[in-house]
Amino acid sequence: MLGFRLERAPAPLWLRGFIPILAILVTFVLVSVLILAAGANPLDTFYQLLILPLTKATSRAEILVKATPLLLTGVAVAFAFASGYYNIGAEGQLYAGATVAAFLGTQLEGVSPLLAIPVMILGGFIAGALWALPSAILKVRLGVDEVVTTLLLNSVMIFFASALLNGPWRDPISNWPQSPTIAASAQFPQLFARTRIHFGFVLAILAVAALWWVFARTRFGLDVRAAGLGSEAARFMGVRVGRVMLLAALISGGVAGVAGVSEVAGTQLHLIEGISPGYGYTAIIIATLGGLTAPGVALAALFLALVDVGILSASRELGIPTYLGEIIQAMLLLVTLALLLLNRYRLRRARA
Amino acid sequence: MSVMQPVVMMQGIVKRFGALVASDHVDLDILPNEIHALLGENGAGKTTLMKILYGLYQPDEGHIVIGGQPARLASPAAAIAHGIGFVSQHFSLVPTLTVAENIVLGYEGGALLDRAAMIASVTDTEQRYGFRVDPNALVRNLSVGQQQRVEILKALYRDCRVLILDEPTAVLTPQDAESLFETLRDLQQKHLSVIIITHKLEEVMAISQRVTVLRQGRVVGRVNTAETSPPQLANLMVGRNTVIVTRNLDHQISPEVALTVDGLRASDRRGVAALRGVTFHVHAGEVVGIAGVAGNGQSELVRILNGMQVPEGGSVVVSGKPVTLGDPRALSRARVGRIPEDRLKGVVGDLNVTHNLTLERIDDYTRAGHLDHKSMRETAERLIHEYQIKAKPYDLARTLSGGNMQKIILARTLSQRPVVVIAAQPTRGLDVGATEYVHQKLLEQKERGAGVLLISEDLDEIMILSDRILVIYEGAIVGEFSAANATVEAIGLLMAGSTARQQTVEALS
Repeated sequence: MLGFRLERAPAPLWLRGFIPILAILVTFVLVSVLILAAGANPLDTFYQLLILPLTKATSRAEILVKATPLLLTGVAVAFAFASGYYNIGAEGQLYAGATVAAFLGTQLEGVSPLLAIPVMILGGFIAGALWALPSAILKVRLGVDEVVTTLLLNSVMIFFASALLNGPWRDPISNWPQSPTIAASAQFPQLFARTRIHFGFVLAILAVAALWWVFARTRFGLDVRAAGLGSEAARFMGVRVGRVMLLAALISGGVAGVAGVSEVAGTQLHLIEGISPGYGYTAIIIATLGGLTAPGVALAALFLALVDVGILSASRELGIPTYLGEIIQAMLLLVTLALLLLNRYRLRRARA
Repeated sequence: MSVMQPVVMMQGIVKRFGALVASDHVDLDILPNEIHALLGENGAGKTTLMKILYGLYQPDEGHIVIGGQPARLASPAAAIAHGIGFVSQHFSLVPTLTVAENIVLGYEGGALLDRAAMIASVTDTEQRYGFRVDPNALVRNLSVGQQQRVEILKALYRDCRVLILDEPTAVLTPQDAESLFETLRDLQQKHLSVIIITHKLEEVMAISQRVTVLRQGRVVGRVNTAETSPPQLANLMVGRNTVIVTRNLDHQISPEVALTVDGLRASDRRGVAALRGVTFHVHAGEVVGIAGVAGNGQSELVRILNGMQVPEGGSVVVSGKPVTLGDPRALSRARVGRIPEDRLKGVVGDLNVTHNLTLERIDDYTRAGHLDHKSMRETAERLIHEYQIKAKPYDLARTLSGGNMQKIILARTLSQRPVVVIAAQPTRGLDVGATEYVHQKLLEQKERGAGVLLISEDLDEIMILSDRILVIYEGAIVGEFSAANATVEAIGLLMAGSTARQQTVEALS
């Protein structure tokens, strides 16, 4: 009789690199069932979803537009996670940045863009960091679980923005809940003619590069990784774990805030409800799938942006519901987490 | 005896973990009513072999015969059904449940718990084997020795015929160990076979009828205890004559005090007083050993001296200057070399060897916030060479053996020429070679003029290395011996909490 059993032992190192790819494959097998239930052919769907968008210039540009907030929030979340601080609040921090950008954007009429744009970015960073601050202090000082507090603060900020939009900021002419359009000088320039790719994408690339540089080259990056990989041992060796975690949390919030600035100044040009369809949550998938590394985050963000864009055409062509895209993303997170868990075990053949 | 059919036969057992062969074609037979010692260094494959017998691991090759029938032990449940019982070093008892509840747990039967029947069946088991443990006592109120007894009862309740004990005396005082041996002899009278895993020669001699010696996963000897001697067993075990570390007897202890600990008070994680005013000092060039049974405040003392815990009172002075407690960096600056109790709390397993060797002194490798990877690598290469660490600079620390991980900590710590070394359980879980290496390094530090504080549960280690021995019991230093007048018996009595008052009475009478 042949059987298999799991033993608790770290999986071989080579397997770790394959986890994201394996996760994607498993997810698509699982999603195939749903696609069949929706009455479409899985292979056609995956072609529409993953291949077709790459063949058209407009879709390729759209992927980069979508990837911009995902890269920024992905970097934000990955940085906090690497320090052992589980920031689930990137969504709220993004809204904080977006709200401040919507306000600053209307105040910068006539100012040179060379000044206005840095002010927007800095303002959004500070807003995001400040929104991350209470949870970070509670965590470091009192040990309050940051997963809960950051998650709860998301709703507070989203509803605060909503209150502004339905109150003082409501458009007086259309009566629509949207803030006044920001000044031209505060708007991010387009990078290429006839595409929506904007300066925010440059910021996103810089954020990914910075993530790589901090981890690879700097003392602070080593402190962050040591704190995240073994906080007791790190403290033993003199790393100020609390301080490092607090800084990582604030930087994470700040970068998520910049993602909000980028959405306001680069695509919408004003604040609206639902300016983020959950980028801050998708970022958790990206950070996890990307293994908290800069190249991983970049690939994962581009892949999820591809799914986001592809689902629209797949839906149009094959009549499947668009929320299948969200299901794919959510499933990807669950499968990745399950595989990371299995990573701690080894499959052995039990002999008769 | 030779015509008796073995109750357990393990034949040609092979177990591999990756490249490591933990069991290499091991044969073992256990006779009825015998106490069989499984002797070997740490890492010799004793526990692995027994985990196979208990169904926790599956062998890659070989087979097991129990009571004359081939047995396939796919799980501990299957092993229990075959009459195998296992008492591990780490008890699996629920502290908030009673003795009877712990024993019956998982074997209640039926949907409703019949408390009276449960107590009756437990009491019945106790009477059959001559145990006296109150079935209604809460496990958390029991001493370690009593808890071990409950573990044994648990196995007996499940009708075990072969009882495996994994290093049963590691957590016991010498007196508790003696009474455990009494129990085991009783069980033997009641037709049980006992396998006792140990690396202590005296125990083998005291309790067993036969002994199987393992080395590097292979059986290197099987002898009747009556026909062997500790030196012969030691030779089999380590494959050469044990080298006892040589001490420089001419070495002079300096009158200068390197470390003063004054009136330390602290609570453990449950808020119970763990240190009740601990005061002592260590001279430069002296090794002071702190002996005690685990859980008498050693962990808290170590954590405070490592800067990982803030005491509720008291002070620590290093070469004349008071040290800020609760800050590992302050101790590092005061040149206190720290070897933590749990080496996994001293290295970050998922960082590489270079990072683990340099993180404590990372300021030396930082230029304007950036790491000087080149000089970090040079330091790592130098220390790897100097301390014979079997690793490459960019290997992850967790891929290293316990001995090499400990060498990382030693290298990082001792290369800074500390004035005080706090060595907590420095050889726990290490093999003979690595243990010897650590001992030699600690003695080098002392000869260099550092004050060495050795906190260890291994009394032999304390006796071998220390110039002065302090005994800790319930968070207080209850005795002091110079190396010359220390005896295992006297220290054992104090470790067991034979009160100072009794000692004084004896002294006066």
